Order: sequence, then structure tokens, then C-alpha cells
Amino acid sequence: MSFVDRLRWLGARSLEWLRALGHAGIFCLSLLRALPSALRRPWLVIAQVHFIGNYSTVIIVVSGLFVGFVLGLQGYYTLSRYGSEEALGVLVALSLVRELGPVVAALLFAGRAGTSLTAEIGLMKAGEQLAAMDMMGVDPVRRVLAPRFLGGVISLPLLAAMFSAVGILGGYVVGVLMIGVDAGSFWSQMQSGVDVWKDVGNGVIKSIVFAVAVTAVALYQGWEARPTPEGVAHGTTRTVVISSLLVLGLDFVLTALMFSTP
Amino acid sequence: MSAAEQPFLAVERLSFGYESRSILHDVSLHFDRGRVVAIMGGSGMGKTTLLKLIGGLLTPQSGRIVFDGEPVDVRDRARLFAQRRRIGMLFQFGALFTDLTVFENVAFPLREHARLPEPMLRDLVLLKLNAVGLRGAAGLKPAEISGGMARRVALARAIALDPELILYDEPFAGLDPISLGVTANLIRRLNDALHATSIVVTHDVVETFLIADYVYVISSGRVAAKGTPAELRASTDPFVRQFIDGAADGPVAFHYPARPLAQDLGLRA
Repeated sequence: MSFVDRLRWLGARSLEWLRALGHAGIFCLSLLRALPSALRRPWLVIAQVHFIGNYSTVIIVVSGLFVGFVLGLQGYYTLSRYGSEEALGVLVALSLVRELGPVVAALLFAGRAGTSLTAEIGLMKAGEQLAAMDMMGVDPVRRVLAPRFLGGVISLPLLAAMFSAVGILGGYVVGVLMIGVDAGSFWSQMQSGVDVWKDVGNGVIKSIVFAVAVTAVALYQGWEARPTPEGVAHGTTRTVVISSLLVLGLDFVLTALMFSTP
Repeated sequence: MSAAEQPFLAVERLSFGYESRSILHDVSLHFDRGRVVAIMGGSGMGKTTLLKLIGGLLTPQSGRIVFDGEPVDVRDRARLFAQRRRIGMLFQFGALFTDLTVFENVAFPLREHARLPEPMLRDLVLLKLNAVGLRGAAGLKPAEISGGMARRVALARAIALDPELILYDEPFAGLDPISLGVTANLIRRLNDALHATSIVVTHDVVETFLIADYVYVISSGRVAAKGTPAELRASTDPFVRQFIDGAADGPVAFHYPARPLAQDLGLRA
């Protein structure tokens, strides 16, 4: 391949990438514009909170419990070396509300709810349901996408909170009930060491940002999927890959912004 | 042409293609109010594309579409949606909302566009379903009914808002003989009952010639023939004859363009 060919290839790829980025930007804008009309029909949003959120609770609760178990175990082994087992509560709680709760819940959400959103929208497109809606004079962005977007944005922070709460209980079960760390110091250290605004508040902000990112990616991949079985399969895979990377990348940026000072 | 003589829908010098592939070239069609007009042609000839262009689902490369005196413009969403409320479209496989029951599918456009009290909405939906013979299936999900029934439910949904123009995309494709006859009769009967105009995109000659007032035959992206079914039946044009008689070979070749067979098989000519 000659130098000019390489340059041409690079130029074409860059243009393609920019076009895709612009396309995604326009999609996000049209989604934002459609939000007020979705808010005027709250029952559509509630149905999506039920569908997206409620059906994700089992995986979130079970995962949260096991992550809490592991945190309790690992935390105890490390802390006991320095004779500070009573700090187990604050370690488990901070790990969960600051990082693991929002991040792991978002990753699970991308796999559980994100893929189902992409597949649903992609199949609606393949079955010409979106075109049929459009032909009835009903904007599918307002009727189908906006309620799902709001449903996702409402559900994930709640799921992340459940993840953290159950995780703390898991840490308590292993640390206090099974290993025998003092229950009083477990809870009191947690109470004094966790700040409602700085720790819990920032965790909530993180999960809202992740919810926006994951839900928007999932909807976009469904909306743009080729209307074929392979197209929809490809879209669901991309949802998981893109939204997982986005969550981890955003987490680093947000952590740097929020916790840069001790 | 005075306003009274203007066709209800006019397709004027329309061209359309995807990137390098051209699909329709300079096509002009007229649809008068109250008539059932068929657009016929082989598969992949751009018939469905034409229907989507009329509905504003695609943007033409050149030319324009005029619906009741107003151009169909994809960029003017507000006007396009107002126009679409006067248009009903039946998609090839029905395009029913799979998460809703038959009743809710038909109720959907009414719920979106008309604020009706629930008892009135229920009566309206049941009447629409009765018109297509499926009042008894109101509680079923789309997965529980046959393809022919799904098409009829979609038809009930398409006529829910009493449209002035009804677009049918391959309404006969994949139907058994009984469903085929039922659907063809429904198209004619509904058109006359609603005083609507119908455009039927199809390649089914027999059923279409029974119900259509006028027929356009599209081939290779152009209008190859037009006329009433009687005129087309009497035509001596080789393409029209091949199409109506269903002959395997003729102006439309059976073989896709290829090198000579002997050359492909490595035989000496």
C-alpha cells in the first residue's frame, strides 16, 4: 500500500468516524427534544421503569450480595494484618457507594437491560413497526425511545443504590456474623466515615451519568441496527462493548473530578 | 389544470436511488380521488420504494409528490405528520405492534390522535375489526393469529382514522387462496365505503385486475405500461404480455446477465 493510499484510507476512516459521531449527536439531540413529551405521559415511563428496572432487580441483588461477601472477606484479611478489622464497615461501604455500586450495577445493567432495549428497538425496526408508527403520524422517538430513555435513567440509580445496600449487608454477613468483627464498630465506623454528600451523593451522580450513557447507547444501537437478524445481533454486541467501555472510562474521569482532593 | 382537475395525488418526475444503485428514474403517476390504482411490476423493481416515497418515509433525489395540492416534504415534519394522519398504510407483513393485543393495535392511532372517551373508542375499534371480520380476535396477541389475519388487523389499524388515501404494500404476498380473495374484496369494499383512494403495490395479476380501476406497470425503474385492466389485457406489448401471462422468458430474461455457460464450465465453444 502506497503512502497516498494509506493517507486516503486514513482520511476515509476519519470522515466515516466523524459522520458517525455527528449522527449519534443528532440522535441524542432528538432524544432530548422528545423528553418533555414523554414526561407529559408518565404512564409510558412507569411501564418502562417496571420493564427495565424491575426485571433487573434479581441480577442486581444477587450480584450485590456476592460482591459484598467478597469485600467482607478480602477486606478482613487485609485489615486484620494491620489490626484494624473494625474499619471493615467503612471499607465495604466506601468501596460500594463510591465505586462498585455505580460501576458494577451499570455494567450489569448494560448486559441485562441495555441488550434487551437494543434488541427490542432493532426488532421493531426490522418488523417495520417503527415505520408503521411514523406513517401513522406518531413520532417513534417520542413514543418509543423517550419513555425508554427516561425509564433507564430513573432505574439505574435505584438499582445501584440497591446494589450498594445489599452489598453492605453481604459484607456484614461475612465480616460480622461469620468472622466475628464487632458489629458496633462495623456500623459506627461506617456512620462516621461515610459522608452523605461527598460519598453517597457523588455515587448517585455517577450512576445517573452511567444511566444516561448506557441507555442512550442501547437505544442508538437498536435505532441504527440493520433490520436483519445479523444486524440486531451485531447491535446488541456493540451495546455491551461500547457501554461497558464508556462506563469504565467515564468512571475514571468522574472519580478524578470528584475525589481528587482527600 | 384547474383545481378541480388536479389529481388527488401526483408523483411528478420522481427519481430515487441508493448511493450508486438507481431505483426509480423520472417516474410520473397520477391518482384520482375514489379510485383503486395498482402499481405492478416484478420483485425488486422499486414498487415498495415508490410507496415509501409517497408516504414520506424516503426522500426523492429529484422530482416531487403532491398530495391534495400540497407537496410531501420530509423536512417539514409538522406538515408531513398532518398529511400522514390522512393516510393509512398497510405494510407487507402487517407491522403489528407485537407487545399489544389486536384490539390495542387498532386502538393505537385513535389513542394517539383522538381524545375519545373509552366506551366510544371501544365501539370504534370493534367496528373496525368487524369490518375486517376479526372482532372475535380482539383479545389475541399478534403471535396468536395467522399471517392473513395479521394483515387484516393491520388493515383495520390503517383505516382506524378513516384515511383519505390508503397505501397497500404487497397485500397479497404469502396469502392462501381464501385469504387472498378476502383481502382483495376488502380493499375494494373499504375504498368505496370510506370514499378513499387506494394505491395497491403488488405483483399478483389475477386479483389485482379484478379490483383495480387503473394499473401502472413499473419495470427497471420506469413506467413500462399503464391503463385500465381491460386495456392491459388487450395489450400486444411484449413486456405487458409476458407480465400478464407470467411467461418465464421474454423481454424480462430468465437468466441474470452472465458469461456464456460453456465458458463458465470450461468447455470449448
